[in-house]
Formats: sequence, C-alpha cells, structure tokens
Amino acid sequence: MKILVALKQVPARDSLLRIDASGRWLDESDLSFEINEPDAYALEAALQLKEQHGGEVVVLSAGPERAVSAIREALAKGADRAIHVEQENLGEFDTLSLAKLLAAAASSEKADLILTGLQSDDLGSGQTGVIMAELLGLPHATIIMAVEASGQGVRVKRELEAGWFQHVSMPLPAVLTIQSGINKLRYATLMGIKKAKTKEVRKLTAAELGVQPESSVSLLRIYQPKRVKQTQMLAGAPAEQAAQLVEKLKFEARVI
Amino acid sequence: MPSFRGVDYLHIDSLLNDDEKLVRQTTRQFVEDRVVPVIKDCYNQGRFPAELIPEMGEMGFFGANLDGYGCAGMSNVEYGLIMQELERGDSGLRSLVSVQGALVMYPILTYGSEEQRKRYLPKLAKGEMIGCFGLTEPGYGSNPAGMTTTATRDGDSWVLNGEKTWITNGTVADVAVVWARTPEGVRGFLVEKGTPGYKTSDIHGKLSMRASVTSSLSFSDCRISECHRLPEAQGLKSALGCLSQARFGIGWGVLGAAMDCFETARQYTMVRKQFDDRPIASHQLVQEKLAWMVTEITKGQLLAIQCGRLKDARKLDFAHISMLKRNNVAMALECARLSRDLLGGNGIIDDYPIMRHMCNLETVKTYEGTDHIHTLVIGERVTGIPAYK
Ligand SMILES: Cc1cc2nc3c(=O)[nH]c(=O)nc-3n(C[C@H](O)[C@H](O)[C@H](O)COP(=O)(O)OP(=O)(O)OC[C@H]3O[C@@H](n4cnc5c(N)ncnc54)[C@H](O)[C@@H]3O)c2cc1C
Repeated sequence: MKILVALKQVPARDSLLRIDASGRWLDESDLSFEINEPDAYALEAALQLKEQHGGEVVVLSAGPERAVSAIREALAKGADRAIHVEQENLGEFDTLSLAKLLAAAASSEKADLILTGLQSDDLGSGQTGVIMAELLGLPHATIIMAVEASGQGVRVKRELEAGWFQHVSMPLPAVLTIQSGINKLRYATLMGIKKAKTKEVRKLTAAELGVQPESSVSLLRIYQPKRVKQTQMLAGAPAEQAAQLVEKLKFEARVI
Repeated sequence: MPSFRGVDYLHIDSLLNDDEKLVRQTTRQFVEDRVVPVIKDCYNQGRFPAELIPEMGEMGFFGANLDGYGCAGMSNVEYGLIMQELERGDSGLRSLVSVQGALVMYPILTYGSEEQRKRYLPKLAKGEMIGCFGLTEPGYGSNPAGMTTTATRDGDSWVLNGEKTWITNGTVADVAVVWARTPEGVRGFLVEKGTPGYKTSDIHGKLSMRASVTSSLSFSDCRISECHRLPEAQGLKSALGCLSQARFGIGWGVLGAAMDCFETARQYTMVRKQFDDRPIASHQLVQEKLAWMVTEITKGQLLAIQCGRLKDARKLDFAHISMLKRNNVAMALECARLSRDLLGGNGIIDDYPIMRHMCNLETVKTYEGTDHIHTLVIGERVTGIPAYK
C-alpha cells in the first residue's frame, strides 16, 4: 500500500507565544516548532499500516525552509521519502488554495491512501484534508480513530459525539483525517535519524505546481485570550448558599 | 510541573543543526516518558532500572558515537546532547550508558580484534549484553599506575589475580574490560561472566548513584585465553584513552543535571511567596543565585559545544577534556546546592529531583578523575610541570 501523509509544522505546544508587530501572526523569532499533533498520529498510523501490509510511506509538507526539520523527523521515524513544497509566504494561502497546493503535489503520486491530521494546532480549520479529497475526486472520512485494511478497501472507525463511534468500509484510494491519541507514537531512534540523512526530499514550489495564493478568508487580527476568571462569594445560611450554588451551576455554568 | 525544555539563555540552539536538535528531542522525550516516572522510586529503593536497557538499545544510546557493528554513528555533539538529556533524568542512568559505550564498546572497537568486535559490539549496542570497566582497585584510585592486579602468561592463556572495586555495572555485566599488570606493562582483557575464578559482589550503603549498580570484582587464578586479550591495548595510556571518551560525555551529561536543578528552582521561586505575598524570586539574593546558575550553565554549554566540535574535527585532547569535566561537574554540583537552598525545606525531599542530583554529582566529581586530578592535568598543560606526586 502506498500511503501519503500530509503533515504540517506548527509552533511547539509548550511555546511562549508572542504576537508579532503586524498583529496578524506570531513572532517566530524564538519559537520552536514541531509536527502538528494529529499529523504525528497520522504518520504513526501510516507506518503501522506499512509494517502490516508493506508498501511505502511518503511525507508531504508545505511550509517554509524550516519545515524540513519536521520532514526529517518523519523520515527518521520511518517514512521512506518526502516532498517538501517549499513556500515562505504560506500565510497568503487560504485553506482552499493550500489544499490545491497539496492536491497538486499529491496527484502525481497516485497514493492508495492519503492521511492528514484532523486539524492543525495553529489555525485549526479542520478543512485541509477534506478539501484536498474533493479536489482529487476521492472519497474521504474524518475524525478517524482506527484504520484497518480489508480486501480492496479500508475499514475505519470514526469518532462521533458523546462516546458514539461509526464504522465505515470504504474503497481505495481515499483520504482520511486522523484524530490525536489513537495510537502510541514511536520515537525517532538514533539509527533512524542517521538513515534519514540519505532519504530523498524532493523540493517543489507553488509556481512549479501552478498554484497561486488566494485568499477568500483574511486573517485580521490575532490576540491572546483574555482572562475572564471571576470569583463570587455566596452569602447566607449554608442551606441558602447551597441552593444558590445549585442554581448557578444549573443555569449559569450549565454543568448540572 | 511542565515538561523539561532545557535551558537556552544565549541562543545556544543556533549553534546546533536540525539533526542535533532532533537527537536531543527524541532523547528528551524518551527520558520524560520512560525515566522520569520511575527514577524516584528506583533511587529510593536502590534499584537499577534494568527494564529500560532493551529500549535504550533500540533507541541507539549504547555506543551512539561509534561507527559500524550496529552502532548509531552519531557525531560527538549529538552524543553529548544524548548524555545531557539522560543525566537530566539521572546520573546513574547516564553512567550506565557512559560505561557501556565509552569504557566497554570503545576499547573493544579501538583495541580489539575483528573477532572480538563481531562477538561483542552488536550485542552491546542492542543492550543484549552489558559491560563493565575494571580499572580502580582498593589501593589505587586516583593513581591507577600503581595497580596490583596481575595477568601472568601460561602458554596460550592468561591467569588473572587481584581485585577491582567501585566498578559500575559490575554484578550485572556479561563482559568486563579488565586492566592488569603484565611483565610487558598494563594490558586489557575481556572477562566473561561465569569464568571460573571471577567473582563479583555489590557495594552496599551508597548514598549516591543509588539507581546504578556499583560492584567489586575479584580474580583468583582466573584463567582466560589469549583471544580474550585486547590485542591493540598497550599500556595504561590505552585505559586512559577510554576514560577520555567517558569524561567527554560526563562534561555534557552534568549540564542536564544542572539544568534540571536550575529550572526546578526558577519555577519554584516564582510561585513560592514569602513576605508581603511576593514570590521569593522577587528578592535580590534569590535572583543573584538564579543569575549565577544560568550564567554558569551557559558557559558550560559553550565549553561543551566547543569540545564537541573539536572532537568531531579530531582536535580534542585529554587536557581539554579535563577542563570540560572539571568545570562542568563543579558547576553542576554548585547549581544543585544553590537550587536546594532556594527550595528551602522542600529542597531536601524527593518530590523534587534536586537532592538526588546533588548526591549523584558527588560521585561524578570523584569518578573518572577527581576534580583535583583534572586540576593537575590542566596545571601541567599550562606550566609543563607535573605535580601529581
Ligand atoms: C559510584 C562510583 C562508580 C565508579 N565506577 C567506576 C568504574 O566503573 N570503573 C572504575 O575503574 N572505577 C570506577 N569508580 C572509581 C573512581 O574512578 C575512583 O573512585 C576515583 O578514581 C578516585 O579514587 P579513590 O576513590 O580511590 O580516591 P583517592 O584516589 O583516594 O582520592 C581521595 C582524595 O584524594 C585526592 N587526591 C588523590 N591524589 C591526589 C593528588 N596527587 N593531588 C591532590 N589530590 C589528590 C583526590 O582528588 C580525592 O579528593 C567509581 C567510583 C564511584 C564512586
């Protein structure tokens, strides 16, 4: 099975985030970056499928030059080769044009399965994989918890709301967007890191793929969420306080 | 407490390439997941976490900077970063890896026969075999040149007699690299567990390195064949060559312990409040200690990186390594003591890693050449006058 994993490099989860002078993006000067969390699980799912059924795992990432460190990590974990759509101004691409970019890069690969993360930890639109599937004319399923190859297709488990799951059988080729935490991520071993140095990373640009940045959605401003914590003291006899508390929990906090 | 993020005051990361950072990250993650959750109990119970050995082998930690025979072939800077992250977990774990890689695999690779390399290195790299290094004796620590363990030739075999002590991994080792005196000078031998006349026993009552095994080895008419001698090891300088490898790793490793202490103290002093409901970090005397620590850690990082780059360029010699080992170990120990102080009473309990690091670092100051001995090496380098005797 040939599996393509689209993965994105995002600011590390425990970074101290500062907003840059434009007010529209993060100050990247002393940020560290990592593989987007659900994408790491997508990669792991791909590597496990390859271990079970053989084939090839190809990593596809669009991003600036620094994204190569995320690609190297994926190669060190066991991906066979990578395609890096090297693009500095990725912020000018909205989700649709980004999906066009990825679909253009993916199309010549003719993969049996394309995996992406459910959403990215930075922008979180949750659309890239789905639009990509549409552009490629492939069936897709989202919020995937498990993938099993069965016959000519795959059987997947989707997460629904409130602890419900859906099991779907679908034909290949297909696109799946993977949920975080579905498997146990492997470490990049030192031998893997060494071996990754010799693996192929093909560089492409948006111009070569014939995709223009488009922006049907524009990002006006980003800001730190405001702290809205407030403390209320309830007065009265214990029984009255308890009654007020229940009232608030029911109608204000809506937790009971 | 949030997971460990290292210390980088001076954009030291800009001196590292992507692969070096990835090596550090993957080791850090391993330590966070596999070591941090168990190490406190291991230390308290004086238990060596042997269950981690196969996983560490799979990660490639053993003999990571050696090439071939199943070793990972990392650069020396990458190797140093691995040591840093492991010792952030615990000096005892780093000791296990140092001994295996620098004191057992390195001499087999450097002084061993092809047959010996093939027999031992792949298994040592995977952690399927554990090794130990026997140089120190009850009467000869800082001055190994006085060793009294002897190897006498008898036809096609050698007969070993004597005692080694303070040997890391001794009782768990499948193979011991043993240094003994022969009429032609000091020679190195590979003694396998179970060889008649070879016995090991653990040293009990340690208040330092409690998650690491430390043992005595005794040889009483222990007969081994000539093919168990390291053919290219000639004289004490071959043993010292191994120590240079290990000391290089120690100079990096202790940075991890120092960083862990500093970060623990920094975070603690920012939340602990005394006097007028102000965090103790807002007091000048506290800041002075934090400023001292972060400055010394940064200087230690620069020293380690320069030594690593020199080693990769094959320009690092033993007197450079003495500076790295001596400075960084003393610095780390001082960071542990200052951090302990900043945590007040909490500094002495095992909810925090500081006291464990501090106790471990007392060993690190002594082994692999004491602070004094490295002072004398540096003194000799700058004056030309040896002052050991
Ligand atoms: C936990 C642990 C693990 C160890 N693991 C190993 C191992 O795996 N293999 C191995 O071979 N050894 C190992 N050692 C032994 C270690 O290398 C020795 O302890 C060390 O070399 C010091 O020797 P000593 O303990 O005999 O102290 P001594 O040599 O007696 O030194 C005591 C003090 O005297 C000082 N001193 C000695 N000579 C001089 C001098 N000329 N000038 C100034 N000061 C001097 C020393 O600096 C020190 O302060 C280990 C030790 C420990 C504690």
